[in-house]
Amino acid sequence: MFVRLSAAIAALSILGSAALAQGAKPTDPQIAHIAYTAGVIDITAAKQAIEKAGNKDVKAFARDMVRDHEAVNKQALDLVKKLNVTPEDNDTSKTLSKQAADKLAELAKLKGAEYDKAYVANEVAYHKAVNGALETQLIPSASNAELKSLLQTGLKIFQGHQQHAEQVAAKLK
Amino acid sequence: MRPGRYLPVMAALLFGAIEVPAHAATIQITTTDLVFAPAEVSVKVGDTIEWINKDVFVHTATAHNGDFDVMMPAKKTVTSVLTKAGTVEYYCRYHPNMKAVLTIAP
Ligand SMILES: [Cu+2]
Repeated sequence: MFVRLSAAIAALSILGSAALAQGAKPTDPQIAHIAYTAGVIDITAAKQAIEKAGNKDVKAFARDMVRDHEAVNKQALDLVKKLNVTPEDNDTSKTLSKQAADKLAELAKLKGAEYDKAYVANEVAYHKAVNGALETQLIPSASNAELKSLLQTGLKIFQGHQQHAEQVAAKLK
Repeated sequence: MRPGRYLPVMAALLFGAIEVPAHAATIQITTTDLVFAPAEVSVKVGDTIEWINKDVFVHTATAHNGDFDVMMPAKKTVTSVLTKAGTVEYYCRYHPNMKAVLTIAP
């Protein structure tokens, strides 16, 4: 029962390399799109977990993810509207979405305790990857102060979720 | 006026001072952008904490030693009364990176 974490871990390097390949830092409309996409990915994974998870802590964690990431994304939507910015799809967002879809399909095949463990392990890895991208790429690249501040709040939320996921994972062992 | 009229009042003041502890205080602790503020507060048993959550996220104020576990709904204020003395480290169950300390005197 090997659980592949490759998708989430690769996401980090892709977030880094996609921007590097373009030779330019991501623009605010692209950053907004990437951040929003990262939230949607976690919500989708959580909805699958609410359906599939057997362990009550895992189910509760998944509900927390839906609640928090919907709240962050609502703030993001309100902000882009206020700033009159249209989030712009980009290679990083596309790669993230593709990898997340693959991971979702992979998790869909698992059942019971095996699924629970794999979901939580992926949550740890995914949040870690997004934290890295926020810290090293997205926050430093953001030029609008309000966007930067929202990303900083997002970083704290993601860091909190990573620790929460680690605690849930420890209890599953 | 006869001095005797004041006796009950004086007695009330006297016994009041003995029987009723110092007036319990209300202390505000807010959460903004996933930070408890102030991070360290000194209070007394019987004091009320007003937990003011300014975030759009639900938080909890959960004592590590199990003394309290307060649910803090988004954009709401809830109150709780402190019933036990001690130095209590607490955190948010949903975001364990949120941490703070209450020093509760008896
Ligand atoms: Cu919290």
